[in-house]
This record gives sequence, structure tokens and C-alpha cells, in this order.
Amino acid sequence: MKWVRAILATLLTLALVYALNRTFGIVPALGPFLSPYEGFWRSGSDDDFTSEELTLAGLKAPVQVRFDSLRVPHIFAQNDHDLYFAQGYLTAKDRLWQMEFMTHAAAGRLSELIGEQTLEMDRYQRRIGMVASARKSLEKMQADPQSKAVMDAYTAGVNAYIDQLSPRDYPFEYKLLHYAPEPWTTLKIALLLKMLAQDMTGYSDDLRMTNTLRKYGPAVVKDLFPNYPFREEPIVPAGTPTNFTPLPIPPSPAEFMAGMASHTLERQKPENLGSNNWAITGARTANGYPLLASDPHLNLSLPSIWHVVQLHAPGINTYGVIIPGAPGVGIGFNERIAWGMTNVGADVLDWYEIRFKDQKRQEYWHDNQWKPVRRVVEKINVKGGETLLDTVLYTHHGPVAYLPNEEPLRSGNTPTGHALRWTAHDTQNELKTLILVNRAANYQDFRKALTTWAAPAFNFVFADARNIAIVSNGLFPLKWQEQGKFLLDGSNPAHDWHGWIPMDQVPQVLNPQRGFVSSANQTPVSPKDYPYYLGSSFAGYERSARINQRLAAMTQATPDSFRLMQMDNYSFVPRNVLPTMLKLLDQPALSEKQQKVYQTLASWNYQFDADKIPPSLFEEWWQRLAHAIWVDDFPQDKFKAPTRDRLVQMILAEPNARWYDDVTTPQKETLPQLVNRTFKQIADSLGTEGDQLKWGTAKNSNIRHMAQLPGFGEKLFSGGSANSINALNGSHGPSWRMVVQMGPQVQAWGVYPGGQSGNPGSRFYDNLLNDWQSGKLHQLLFLRSAADRPATTSVQWTLKQH
Amino acid sequence: MLFLFILLLSLLAQFFLPWWSIAVVCFGAAFLKARYGGQAFLAGFGAIAVTWLGAALFWHVVTDGLLSTRVAAMLTINSPWLLMAATALVGGVVGGLSALSGFYVRRAVV
Repeated sequence: MKWVRAILATLLTLALVYALNRTFGIVPALGPFLSPYEGFWRSGSDDDFTSEELTLAGLKAPVQVRFDSLRVPHIFAQNDHDLYFAQGYLTAKDRLWQMEFMTHAAAGRLSELIGEQTLEMDRYQRRIGMVASARKSLEKMQADPQSKAVMDAYTAGVNAYIDQLSPRDYPFEYKLLHYAPEPWTTLKIALLLKMLAQDMTGYSDDLRMTNTLRKYGPAVVKDLFPNYPFREEPIVPAGTPTNFTPLPIPPSPAEFMAGMASHTLERQKPENLGSNNWAITGARTANGYPLLASDPHLNLSLPSIWHVVQLHAPGINTYGVIIPGAPGVGIGFNERIAWGMTNVGADVLDWYEIRFKDQKRQEYWHDNQWKPVRRVVEKINVKGGETLLDTVLYTHHGPVAYLPNEEPLRSGNTPTGHALRWTAHDTQNELKTLILVNRAANYQDFRKALTTWAAPAFNFVFADARNIAIVSNGLFPLKWQEQGKFLLDGSNPAHDWHGWIPMDQVPQVLNPQRGFVSSANQTPVSPKDYPYYLGSSFAGYERSARINQRLAAMTQATPDSFRLMQMDNYSFVPRNVLPTMLKLLDQPALSEKQQKVYQTLASWNYQFDADKIPPSLFEEWWQRLAHAIWVDDFPQDKFKAPTRDRLVQMILAEPNARWYDDVTTPQKETLPQLVNRTFKQIADSLGTEGDQLKWGTAKNSNIRHMAQLPGFGEKLFSGGSANSINALNGSHGPSWRMVVQMGPQVQAWGVYPGGQSGNPGSRFYDNLLNDWQSGKLHQLLFLRSAADRPATTSVQWTLKQH
Repeated sequence: MLFLFILLLSLLAQFFLPWWSIAVVCFGAAFLKARYGGQAFLAGFGAIAVTWLGAALFWHVVTDGLLSTRVAAMLTINSPWLLMAATALVGGVVGGLSALSGFYVRRAVV
């Protein structure tokens, strides 16, 4: 009896300890998580923020690090190795979990940490060849001695930080998910660059466009999906001559129409989400030197997407932001130049219909012969489950992402039995570009640095003390007209990509007549001014139109003019279409309540301000109207609806278009009917609760934790819209706002939604969020040397070699 | 006595060893020192609950409760104080149960 009791109690204790020491699905391992001696309680501390000396094995000479009041590290090293070593160390100190999590996501390894929920995401990453292409890129980068040295030093710095951590010092998220950081590798740096390419260019409309072509034929497609929009303000001002001899354009092959691809769509690629950048010439600024602004729009998350840093060593003094986990500065400035990027959005991802010989899928038809399929087995480890083996088939085009009998993850974009051809699979040395741009002293250096930047293609804005420029730079396939607008024929060699647009022939403009340069993801250059086909679905022109309108009016620009511009909530969308919509309303038939809504909209100034009601009314009405016009003809599960630009054109100029009719009803609908019906729907559905209708609340913007943890994000109340310069829409918006004033002493201002620390218990996790929301910029402390203005920083670290 | 003994020993252990060292400490201490089952359980529960409550309170205060408030929101209990009570309870149950086991094993052996 005594033994039974003893054994039972002991077993119960062991079972309890075991159960508390492991995770169950989303339930954390409560023992180590709750224990205040090793668990989350102690992760909150904001320690290490006093001056100190650290000894780090791997350094060659002492490094000075000065932290300013925003906790931005200013690193002063005596050689490049120590510079990047220190950057790796300090980035890991702030953002270790984030950088590792991002690379796990890119590599299709989330299931190792989370479990079966993320299996399909992981499989998708493997199928599109992320790791394989990262490996190839890494080889290319390591072939360059300077890039290799930078990657090695940075990696050693990250690992120096990881090595000194005991489990109780792990960042919060490790404790929550119950795992340990693994050593950092150079491959992870390559993965981050591939992830950037995926975020920017990993979309396509080819499948839905093919469905549309099959259903309506070429004439309708030509009419509704033009290659150049109705309204556009290209990045390269219209009429700018080219000064190069173009390569011959590959001939368009005979018409090909791929098979209907039948999948249910999940969602369409969001329209008009992107970034802004611009620069104005010194002749039109208050101090006589150029001004430059850059605000990249991304899916906002915490920890912040960007890490801010100043890097100083012989031959380099640069300041700016970078994705944690990659060395150098991505968007920023140095003592001579400033630069920023926006996404180009050219068509650099195409799908090829693959004809396999038989069900064994060991050969595919190309160029009148059977060619072998290469098989790569991907191993996906799943937390608390079995390791999954997944075979990916490779053709010379690229990986066959999904086969006919499989359910694809992003079914709208990924046709089954189709091979993926994508510039992210082509290797270049993007890291080298950053290394050289950070050290560039003039436009020539800058352009030379860009020649190794392949993907994602960016509109690089540039300014120095005398010049402004913008270059839509990256690897663009040399295509025939409309190549890749639809699914391509994987068996016909004429459909293969035929080389590249030479890097010195990409769209570009230096010191244009109009005195400013700008980009907002619109068409880079008018087809009339440029010989090559870049794609046909760029962002709408509205943001760029507003930017250009404001820049054109500036004569004495100051940094504050640019700050105010970045917060501009005006949108050309309602300006262009709302008066026509209101005119179509049958006013006498409106009820009193509907009359009031009419008046509210009619007196609106097209500013999407947070505390205003008209933006909410207009957005709701506009979305409903667009839906009512297109949904019967282009149901979202299989078809791409025409762009907003085309719809506006139709509403303004084609009152009798066939598309207004709802083909599912016997009677014939007209535009005025749809306008009146949708207007009454929104007007009648309004309640009395005014606050809910305020745009800042109605648009429901928020910033979430990267792993979607409840309680670790923040709700936002802010103006702006997808087509305003202040492009905050949902959780997507300006992730970094920067203004740089060129001159003998470069000065800069910036802000980002979050803070330097990735620790959700730190003050510096989200200390800048309110300033970012209210449009305040902080002056960025750009030090000339380790001894410059000592009073500006209060905390100093000395990193010493072992 | 037993309470104090576990308190000090477990405190020492937890500064260096993983969290489950509390189970070993409680088991061993009760094996050596406990006289009744109830006393063993209460001493183990109380001592560990106190060490966990005290430390949780300490970190909560020095970190301004920023993280504990977020974690409480994540676990949908929305109060860091409730989270602190839950922490003490989990530690206490492990402490109490392992001390009771130690005492029972001692009884079975002797």
C-alpha cells in the first residue's frame, strides 16, 4: 500500500513536470515559460543600456559604439571586418528572434517551430525553389572576396552574440515557442534577399488573364486590359529620349492559348500598394541643395521591419535602415549621396504549361524532344510530427510548383502542372550593390554599384550635392510584346526568356528639365519612349500624380515640405470619379437621409483624414459599385477584374458599355441604375454611431506582431489611403519615412512604426509608433567621427578583441 | 523548518539549474525532513509559490509590467496580477506534489 501510494505520487509528479516542460499545440511549455527564473518574466528587462566594455573573440581591433536617445547604434570600427562584425552582433542583440524567424519562413521551415498549421506555407516555399535559389546566389556572392568577407564578418558577429546567451537570456518568442536559436549562416543572408524578391515580385496574373482570354477572346482583353493605362505619369517623364542602341526584340511567336486553369481564387494581388520616393533639384530648395525623400510601404509588423544603424570605418560613413539579418545599409545616405527604393513591379515571374510524357513525369516535351525532369527531395520537419518528404520537379524553366492533381496554396496565382520562371532564380550579387552604394561618392559610383542588383528590381532614387536621378534598376527579361501576360507554352523554345535588358539600358533619368524625379510604383516609362516590354500591370497613377503635382509647385522646398508631403492624405481617385458618380444620382428620388449622405460627399475635399466621414462613405460606395459592375463578368475565383484605371475610364467615357449589365438577370442594367442602387445601399445601411464611420476607425488599420501574437501589436488611428501619398491601408503602409537634405553637411530626418528593440517588453519596441502616426520626424544623428559631438550620446560601448 | 529549507535550497538551485530542479529539491528535502504528508505538501507548495511569486513580482516591477501585460492579453486573462497568481500556483503545485512524493517514497522505503 505504501509503495502504491509512493509510486503513484511520484508518477504523477513526473507526469506533471513532463507535461509542463513541453508545448501542446499553441499552448506554451508552462513550466519554463512561467518560471520567473528562466521564463518570460525576465525577458522584459531593458538592461544592457549603460556604458560598458565587452570583450568579443573575433574582433581585430577595438570598436566604439555610441547609442543615441532612440537607441540607434553608431558603430565606429577601424576596419571593415570589425564594422560588419559589430553590426551583426548589435543587430542580433536587438532582433535575433525576428531575423531567424524570417529566414525560417523564407526557407520553408516554420513547421519546425510551429507545427502542422504552417505545413502548406512551407511546402509552397520549397516548391517555388527558395532555398535552391538562395544557395545559388550565395555561391555567386561568395565568389566575390569583398562580399564574402562582409558576410563572414557579419555572421561571426551574430554568432558571437548567440554563443554568449544562456537559455534564460533567450528573447521572449523563443521561450513562448520553446526552442533555441541556431547558429547564423551566410545562407540566411542570401535567404533574406530572396525573401525580399518574393515579397516584391512573387505575384502573377497569368492564370486569371488566360482564363479571361479564353472566355472573352483577344478583342475584349485588348480593350479591358491595355498594356498602358488610360491615365499615367511615368517615372521617366514622357518624351525623354533614349541614347542607346537597343538589342533586337525577340519575335512574337504564333498565338498560343493555354488550357483553362480552374482553381478557386483566394485573393487578388492588392492593387496600388507600394512605395514612394522623390528628389528635387537644388535650384528649387531653400538652401540650394537637393532634397530627397523615401518611404517604402510594406506590410507593417512588430518587431519593426527595419533596423537603424550608422556604420563608420575607413572608407565608409553611412546611415540608414536595413532588414535585420543583412549587412550594410539598405535605404539611407552617406556624406556625399542619399538613395531610396520603390518596387518596380515589372513582370519578372512567368508560368510555363508543362506537358509530361506520362504519369511518371520523368520527361517533358520541349523543342521537339523529351527532356529529363530533375527531382529534388525536400525534407520538411514538423514539430510534434513526422518529417515530410516532398519531391519537387525541375525543368529547365524552373520548378514545377504544382502538379495537376494537387491543390495549390495560392490557387489564383499558381497553375497546376506549370513551371515557374522567375528572376529570383537568377543569381546576382545584390549584397555587393549595398556594399558599394554605402561607399559611393557620386552618381557614377552609384550606377556602377547598381549593375549587380538583379532582384527585386527597384526604382532607385538618387541625390548628391548637385544631381538628382532615378533608375528603374534590376534584371528584366528581354521579352516580346506581352510575353508572360498569359500562361506560356513550356514546349516551345520561342516562349523561353531570351536574355536580359542590358543594365545600362534600364529606364533612367538624370537631372530632368522639370527639376524633380519621383516614383510611386507606376509604369517606369511610356512605351513610346522605350523599346522594351516590361509588363502591363503597374500600380495606378494616382499617388505619383499627387507627388508630381506637389513637387511641381515647390520653389523653396525645405525638409519640412517633404515631411508634410509624406503625410498627404489627398487622393485622385475620388477627384476623378466621384463628381460623375454624384451626377448620375437621381436626386429628387433620394430620401432625407440619402440627401444628407449626398451633401456630405459633395462637399468633400478628397482628403482621407482619420477624423473624417466622407472617405469611409466613398470607399464603401466605390467598392460596391466596382463589385456590382464586374462580379457577374469576372467572378473573383477565376478571373481578374480590369484595373481601377480602366473602370474610371469606362465610367467617365463609356456610358453604354456592355459590362454594366448583370448577365445573371433577364433585364438590362445600366450604369445609372448601379450607381443609384449602390448609393442607396450604403446610405440606408448607415447607423447613427458617428465615431465608427470616421475613416481612421472604419479602415481598421493595425500593426501586428510578426507571429500574429494577440496583445503584441497595436491598433492604429490614422489617415491616408492606398492611393494617397500617405499610403496607410489596412496593415500596409509607410514602414520608414526619410527626408535627406544634401549639401556640405548632409542632414536627415526619419521615423518608423516601432522602435529599435525587438523585445516586446522594451520601451524601444514601439516608442516611435505615436510619432510615426502623427507625422513627426526625428532628426537623425549623423556623426562624422567617434569623437564628434560627444554630448549627443550618453551610452557608449567599447567592444574589445579577445 | 521544512518550508525555509526548501525556500532557500530551491532559490539557490533555480539561479543555476532549469526550472524542474524545484521538483528535485522538494522531493529530496521532504524525503529527508518531512514528518507528515500534509506538511510536506504545504511546505513544498508554499516555498515554491513564494519564490515564484516574489521573483515574478520583482521582474514585473523592474520592467514596468510592459511584457507581463502583453502576455496576460495574449493568454486572454488580461491582468498581469492574475498571471502572477497563476504563475505562483503552477510553481506551487509542482513543489507541493514533488514534496509529497518525496515524503511518500521515504515512508515506503523506511
